[in-house]
Amino acid sequence: MPFTRVQELVYEMKVSQVMSRSVITVRPQMPMSELREIFRDKRISGTPVVDGDRLVGIISLEDFIKWLYDREGDSLIENKMTRNVETLYDDEPLVHAVSKFETSGFGRFAVVERRSGKLVGVITKGDIVEGLLKKLEIDYHEEEIHRYRASHIFEDIVADRTTLAFEYDVVGRDFERAGESSSRLKRTLKRLGLDPGVVRRVAIATYEAEMNLIVFTEGGRISVRLEPGRITVHVTDSGPGIPDVEKALQPGYSTAPQWVRELGFGAGMGLVNMQKCADEMEIISAPGKGTQIKIAILTGRKR
Amino acid sequence: MERIVTTERVVTGETSVGSEVGAEKMTLEEVRDILGAEVLAGAHLLSLEVSMGCGADLMSDVLAYGKPGSLLLTGLTNQQVVRTAEMADIVAICFVRGKRPDEETVEMAKRQELPLLWTRLPMFESCGRLYRRGLIGVSESTD
Repeated sequence: MPFTRVQELVYEMKVSQVMSRSVITVRPQMPMSELREIFRDKRISGTPVVDGDRLVGIISLEDFIKWLYDREGDSLIENKMTRNVETLYDDEPLVHAVSKFETSGFGRFAVVERRSGKLVGVITKGDIVEGLLKKLEIDYHEEEIHRYRASHIFEDIVADRTTLAFEYDVVGRDFERAGESSSRLKRTLKRLGLDPGVVRRVAIATYEAEMNLIVFTEGGRISVRLEPGRITVHVTDSGPGIPDVEKALQPGYSTAPQWVRELGFGAGMGLVNMQKCADEMEIISAPGKGTQIKIAILTGRKR
Repeated sequence: MERIVTTERVVTGETSVGSEVGAEKMTLEEVRDILGAEVLAGAHLLSLEVSMGCGADLMSDVLAYGKPGSLLLTGLTNQQVVRTAEMADIVAICFVRGKRPDEETVEMAKRQELPLLWTRLPMFESCGRLYRRGLIGVSESTD
C-alpha cells in the first residue's frame, strides 16, 4: 500500500463518526462533592459542564483531585472548572482532532455542532483509535484492503505533530498504474477542502514527477507533507540521475525514448511543468546517484 | 485580438459585443451536436458546460497550458489522457480523427465521471467548428 490507510482515514472520517454521543454532563451549580460518584460510577475522568444547552466549561478528575487536595469546603463546579474550553466541531475531519490532542495535551474535547453551538458529544484519543479500528475492519471486509498491523495505528496518528505526511511508492516501468499515486493524492487533498487551484498545482507537479519515475527509473518514492501554509512534495529515486540539470530544465529538452512520446509525454516539459506549478523547486541529481526533487507549494496565497 | 463572430449570432440578433465581453459557455450536448460526436462515457453529464477548448496530442502541454473548465480535444487515446484530464481539471475529452480509446480507458473515465466524446472529424476541423460557434481558446480565457 502506498501509504497507510490510517493516514488516509484521519482525513476521511469526521469527528462525529467516532465521538461518544451519550455524554454525561454536569451543571455549573452542582457541588464539587457530587463529582466523586459521577467519576467513579461512570468511569470517566472528566465531563463537560452544561448550562441549559450551552457548554460553559469542562471539569476533570484533575480539577477534582486538586479541590480535594486543597481541603477547602464544598464549592460549586463553576468555580473550579476550566472555562476556556477548546472544542471541536462535529463535522471536522479527525485529523484536526489528532493534531489538537497533540498540541494541547488535553485528554478529551467537547464536540459541538457547528451551527447551534450545542454540545453533541465528547471525543478522547481512545475514541479515535477505536473508531479507526472499526472502520479498518469494515474496509477489510468491503474492499479486502491489504493487511495492516493494528499495533501501528496509534503510532501513525501521533507520529506527526503538526504536519501530515503521505508516502507513495511508485514502481518503475509500470505504465498501467501511471498516475495512480497522483490521483489518490489529488482526491485526498480535495477532500481536505484545500483551494482547487492549489490542489491542481500539486496534482500536476506530482503527476509529472510520477511519470518521470516511471519512464526513467526503476521506481521511487513520492512523499508529501502538509504543513500550515505549505505543501511539500519530495520525489526521490535511485535511478540514472540527470547529467545536466540546467539543460533538463529547458522547455523541449528531452531524453525520452519514442514510445514515451507516444504516450503523450517525454516532450521535454516535465520538469518545466513542475517548476511552473511550484513556488520553490530544488533538484539534486548526479549521474548514477539518483535524483531528488523538492517542490514547495504555498497554500496561503493566491497566484 | 478580434474575435470571430459567428453568422448564427448575427442572424439571431446577438451582437459581437456579447462574445467579446466574455466566454460563452457551451454544453457538452452542443459540442456533441456540432461535432457529430458519439458519447462513449458520461451520457448523463451532457448538460455540463465547458468554458474553453484545448486541442493537443501532447499531454504535457495540456498540463502546462490547459486551464480548468476546458474541453480537451485530442488524437491520443491511452489512459494517460484520462489521467491528465483528471489532474488538470478538464471537464470532458473529445477524441478526434475517429480514434477510439480502449475499453479500459473508457471504464476509467466512467469511474471518474469524466465524459468522453468521439468524432470522426480531424483535429483542425473539430477545433474550428467549435471556435466558430463561440467556444474560446485557452489564451483568450481570463480565468
